[in-house]
Amino acid sequence: MSPVLEVSNLRVRFGQTAAVRGVSLRIQRGESHCLVGESGCGKSVTALAVMGLLARGAERQADVLRFHDHDLSQLNERGMSRLRGDKLAMIFQEPMTSLNPAYTIGSQMTEVLARHRRIDRRAARERAAELLGRVGITAPGLRLGQYPHQLSGGLRQRVMIATALLCDPELLIADEPTTALDVTVQAQILRLLQRLQRELGLALLLITHDLGIVARMAQRVSVMYAGQVVESAPVKALFAAPTHPYTRGLLECIPVPGTSRRDLPLGSIPGTVPRIAPGFVGCGFRDRCAQAAEVCAGTVPTQRMADDHAYLCRLAPGWSAAA
Amino acid sequence: MNLSVRSLATTLGGVIVGGVLLVAIFAPLLAPHDPYAQDLMRRLVPPEWMGGTPLNPLGTDQLGRDYLSRLLYGARISMLIGTMAVVTSGAIGITLGVLGGYFGGRVDDMVMFVITTRLSIPLILVALTVVALVGSSLTVVVLTLGLLLWDRFAVVARTTTMQVRNLDYIAAAQAAGASRVHILLREVLPNIVSHLVVVATLEMALAILLEAALSFLGLGVPPPLPSWGLMIAEGKDYMFFSPWVIMIPGITLFVLVLGINLLGDGLRDLLGAGRRV
Amino acid sequence: MLRFLLRRLALAILVCLTVLVVSFTLTRLSGDLAVAIAGPNATAEDVAIIRKNYGLDRPLTVQFVDWAVHAAEGDLGRSYQYRAPVADLIRDRLPVTLILGLTGLVIALLTAIPLGVLAATREGTLLDRGIMLVALLGQAMPSFWLGLVLIIWFGLKLQWLPISGVDTWQGYILPGIVLAFSAIPALMRLTRAGMVDALASDYIRTARAKGLSLASIVLKHALRNAAMPVVSIAAVQLGFMLGGSIVIETIFALHGIGYLAWESILKSDFPVVQSVVLLLALIYIALTLLADAMNAVLDPRLRAV
Repeated sequence: MSPVLEVSNLRVRFGQTAAVRGVSLRIQRGESHCLVGESGCGKSVTALAVMGLLARGAERQADVLRFHDHDLSQLNERGMSRLRGDKLAMIFQEPMTSLNPAYTIGSQMTEVLARHRRIDRRAARERAAELLGRVGITAPGLRLGQYPHQLSGGLRQRVMIATALLCDPELLIADEPTTALDVTVQAQILRLLQRLQRELGLALLLITHDLGIVARMAQRVSVMYAGQVVESAPVKALFAAPTHPYTRGLLECIPVPGTSRRDLPLGSIPGTVPRIAPGFVGCGFRDRCAQAAEVCAGTVPTQRMADDHAYLCRLAPGWSAAA
Repeated sequence: MNLSVRSLATTLGGVIVGGVLLVAIFAPLLAPHDPYAQDLMRRLVPPEWMGGTPLNPLGTDQLGRDYLSRLLYGARISMLIGTMAVVTSGAIGITLGVLGGYFGGRVDDMVMFVITTRLSIPLILVALTVVALVGSSLTVVVLTLGLLLWDRFAVVARTTTMQVRNLDYIAAAQAAGASRVHILLREVLPNIVSHLVVVATLEMALAILLEAALSFLGLGVPPPLPSWGLMIAEGKDYMFFSPWVIMIPGITLFVLVLGINLLGDGLRDLLGAGRRV
Repeated sequence: MLRFLLRRLALAILVCLTVLVVSFTLTRLSGDLAVAIAGPNATAEDVAIIRKNYGLDRPLTVQFVDWAVHAAEGDLGRSYQYRAPVADLIRDRLPVTLILGLTGLVIALLTAIPLGVLAATREGTLLDRGIMLVALLGQAMPSFWLGLVLIIWFGLKLQWLPISGVDTWQGYILPGIVLAFSAIPALMRLTRAGMVDALASDYIRTARAKGLSLASIVLKHALRNAAMPVVSIAAVQLGFMLGGSIVIETIFALHGIGYLAWESILKSDFPVVQSVVLLLALIYIALTLLADAMNAVLDPRLRAV
């Protein structure tokens, strides 16, 4: 089965910063794939690069950048804009500011249909109302006439989701969709995304820094660090056998009831994500890694724990068991 | 914007303003002739490069006075008006703005009322009326402009003071029992001064342009003073046959104001005084 | 919101009253108005007659109340120079100034907004710098001098456009351009700044993620938000332009209220002068109120109660 999204060796540079350094991803229809990592590791840039929404001055290169049968690397801005909002949709972290304060919800939703579908105003309004209902908004007719400032953050994010789904997209990219929301609202939005994904057979690329969300939402996980995917595996395999030292470090930062011992401090990774310049060689994590050795400054091999579980490190697959 | 382009522009502005200032100071040494000496036999001689003589490099005016000498002496009037009007209006505007911004409440309402009233009064018309009634002289023009141009000082001083007022060191000074005057002069003013410097350049440019406009309308500095605006007004009747009589003082005025604005823009970036609105 | 509007209205009324006082006292600055009216060649007897005829022998407060009460009724007194009611003079001349001001505003907006938008969408490029340089040059241009240069160049050399009077509508073009010039730099900078902010905002990223066309992103989504401050400033600028049209009207010999005021100042016709000052101030106050109202209409966040 051909994947909905296939990315191979994606690189993004902003002047003297290499933000993404050779990311590869495959997402199947109906699959939810989580991209996880600290802020500044290049997750959002990866998503924006796929969408063709990088800021001016960014340079994007990739061996493969394919969405269905569209070669995204060959599409110009015009061609990309035909796909975006139609088959390729994205929602963002900041629901409070992601809607235009000057227009009603209805206007901001129906303009998507006006752009991508030849349908009249009434049909567009009906479709918008239908989707508002679908994302759990009561009285959709009323909401369509309201302005963003009249809605709460949770409602606005629901509106964003409904807008993204207007044209039946095949891939939905959600960049930290719940980070700015209250905990209870977070849970509601996540449940909604999960349900919609199942019902619509969406491929979902979910970006988050929260491993709890990963555990709950993902089928497959890619852990990013300093612009690279350092480990990629099915969610169960990753939690069962985290192999890259960074993944292990991340997992040690979350308390798991029953497993962590009360008398030991919760793990944390010292240091911060470094800024990587173009031409950087070796493992980006080596300055913060307890296992770092001299060879880490050289080319780092990709190794496999299993067919679908790869990681980027010099250490042999069973190192953690031995440690 | 590119840093080098910016610093180049700022330098250019500085050179222009500095140059005009030097010319203003040393006009008596630089001027080849007496700017008031008429020679009715040699009227409207064109500039040297347009077929005139090296005796009058920029030609002569309708009364046969040397144009270069008048232009050089005119720098004195523009710079004097610009500086004095800024000092006067700065004193009024900053006082009002700082008081309103610092004390807030009723005081601020009062200040806002005064600013709004000032803004609603038509500037040029009132200035013309005052000069017409009181009589035209350099002092009257300086005072009139100074008393009218303080609005932007007041607005900027008020907003920046409001921002500064709530900062920790002001609270610390208050807690330490410093007097209000001390706080305003020693704590508030130094922290808003960079914004005010930028306003000062804008106001100086405006004052110079307004003086020229008033003089052009015949109600600014009185003849025979060599104000650039007055030179344009006097040359107006001859401009169709001798366009240089208005081009020379006009371009000079334009370059000076441009220089002040370039300098102001540069200072704004340098002092981090925020974007112009 | 209602409270805010009421406060604004109260302030406006207070300012109106103050302006009334200011425009009255303004003309009394010289000390003895009768001497000023009578002119330098008048005898003491002439001055005494004038003082009596114009009611200038009454106490100042009585004169003010008398003038203010009449002004409120629309009676602005009589012009010494034209020997006609000031209200009639102004009514005849006002249309010229209003048309000139609006022409200037329209030219300014039609120039400043597209250029500001263009500069913002090409932020940091040579084009952006070029446009901002034009703004800087425009700001330094003395408008009366620009008027003269245009008269020489267009009117005489090219002979395309009339250079004085407004016998035909073309007569408004050159003065309109000169008047617009004074407002363009500020409007352009403001448009550019607003557009740069708007284009960097999250809702523009959303608009792009929705696949909207470039025109829709820039013009519908960004400009709509960037336009709000531009609208308020445009109203204020119109007020300044009407006040500043005195210079342009004299250069182009347009018989609007600016020209009327200038003539009246030169001839010590003070009932006219104080009336024009009052009128321009009232127009300015009305325009700022209008700007607030327009912003309330444009910004849904302000519209809500």
